[in-house]
Amino acid sequence: MEFSIYDFSSFTAWIDQSLRAAMAPGWAIAIELVIIGVVILAFYALVGLFLIYAERKVCAFMQNRLGPNRLGPYGIFQTVADMFKLLFCEIIPIKNSDKVLFNLAPYIVIIASFLTLGALPFAKGLQAVDLNIGIFYIIAISSMSVVGVLLAGWSSNNKYSLIGAMRSGAQIVSYELSVGLSVITIVVLAGTMQISEIVEAQRWGWFVFSGHIPAFIAFIIFLIASTAEINRGPFDLAEAESELTAGFHTEYSGIKFAFFFLAEFINMFIVSGVAVTLFLGGWMPLHIYGWNGFNAVMDFIPPIFWFFGKTAFVIFIIMWFKWTFPRLRIDQLLKLEWNYLLPINLVNLLLMAFIVLMGWHW
Amino acid sequence: MSSAKEYFKGLFHGIHSLIKGMMVTGKYFFSPGEIVTQKYPDNRKKLQMYDRFKGEVIMPHNEKNEHKCTACGICEMNCPNGTIEVISMQVMTEEGKKQRVLDKHIYHLGMCTFCGLCVKVCPSNALAFSQKFEHAVFNRATLTKVLNQPGSKLMKGVE
Repeated sequence: MEFSIYDFSSFTAWIDQSLRAAMAPGWAIAIELVIIGVVILAFYALVGLFLIYAERKVCAFMQNRLGPNRLGPYGIFQTVADMFKLLFCEIIPIKNSDKVLFNLAPYIVIIASFLTLGALPFAKGLQAVDLNIGIFYIIAISSMSVVGVLLAGWSSNNKYSLIGAMRSGAQIVSYELSVGLSVITIVVLAGTMQISEIVEAQRWGWFVFSGHIPAFIAFIIFLIASTAEINRGPFDLAEAESELTAGFHTEYSGIKFAFFFLAEFINMFIVSGVAVTLFLGGWMPLHIYGWNGFNAVMDFIPPIFWFFGKTAFVIFIIMWFKWTFPRLRIDQLLKLEWNYLLPINLVNLLLMAFIVLMGWHW
Repeated sequence: MSSAKEYFKGLFHGIHSLIKGMMVTGKYFFSPGEIVTQKYPDNRKKLQMYDRFKGEVIMPHNEKNEHKCTACGICEMNCPNGTIEVISMQVMTEEGKKQRVLDKHIYHLGMCTFCGLCVKVCPSNALAFSQKFEHAVFNRATLTKVLNQPGSKLMKGVE
């Protein structure tokens, strides 16, 4: 077996073959599913902890503060300590709440983001499932989390929670349109919904460069709409600390609160990963047609670093949004979507279709 | 037609102001020299203090052990929670007149909320704030302080 950090497909194929050689095909698939589940679970916790730390540091620097700095060098163990504190927190049972839905809601939110991670390509050959409708699958699954949010708000039997959940529902339903349309713009350009082929189509130029102006507008709209979809500032009026204490997860404590908290950060990672895959070339290094020396240097950096580097960049932009802009009111939020993003998006889609029809893309 | 103009004008104006805001936070993010937080217990020796800081109320004395307090009691009247007690006494001056002078200016640090009213209302600027802020003590009685130094007198020229 040869292992290369540039191409994981031989590594995964080796695992598959050795499992199939050892047992029946059904068992081999079951074991592969378990391995993928465990890897994604570990990845989930690690990325969540790191993102919470990064968020606090970025927020601090933007406000001329230091951020966490006591535990470990530059406070890197702060979120680990926070996690242990949350794990030991008492889970307070709520009187008059709908017990089943109340306990189910965090898992729906977690599962929605968990399933989405499976379709993200982290590097060449490092993708759990490569569906032929991959991007459609991601949109469908990630919008499932609003069900969990609504259930959490409803079952808490608390008016603030319900208001938060209703706001979140209205917000996600409207902004899902913009996300979908900007994704469709790229699907028109790529001519496929399969994620591996979308990434492969960006070998000689990421879509945000090669797709002319429509791709760039779609990228901006995707960033704004997905920020709204993951309930982050300036669109965080679903949890609006100053108005609703914490919105839909007011009544949750301990590990269940941690689930919501973690899912929020993982969702940020996911939308950044999707934005990178669709617009910034996924794991594909930066290639410029004809510059062979430059391309060779870029190819020397492993794809997995390209993916995480670009994702970190997009995450930074989303954090930048949050710590710059004040929170929108609900009417401003809906006006932004229906008066600005949606019409611009439709015209943009038309423009992209025209460009593709005329064959002006490469 | 004008409504379409308004629409795009509003759109570009919005984008412009958003980018302006992001420039400000971006500038802060990339200039770590502007961080104002001080790592207090670590930099205790070279802590940077500011004049506006309200540490505790003191009564400045000059090198001849003279203060400016005329024992008028305005600070005592203005203190919202009875932190200050001004104890005065009557003395005979050289011209044979009775004069009220300060005996003890008692300051209960444990009750003080550092509102600064006493410093603000003092007609002769006898009170001030010091920069000292580490007030923790083992005995509550030590929080009651006498601000005028023993044997101090009223400064010449202060009525």
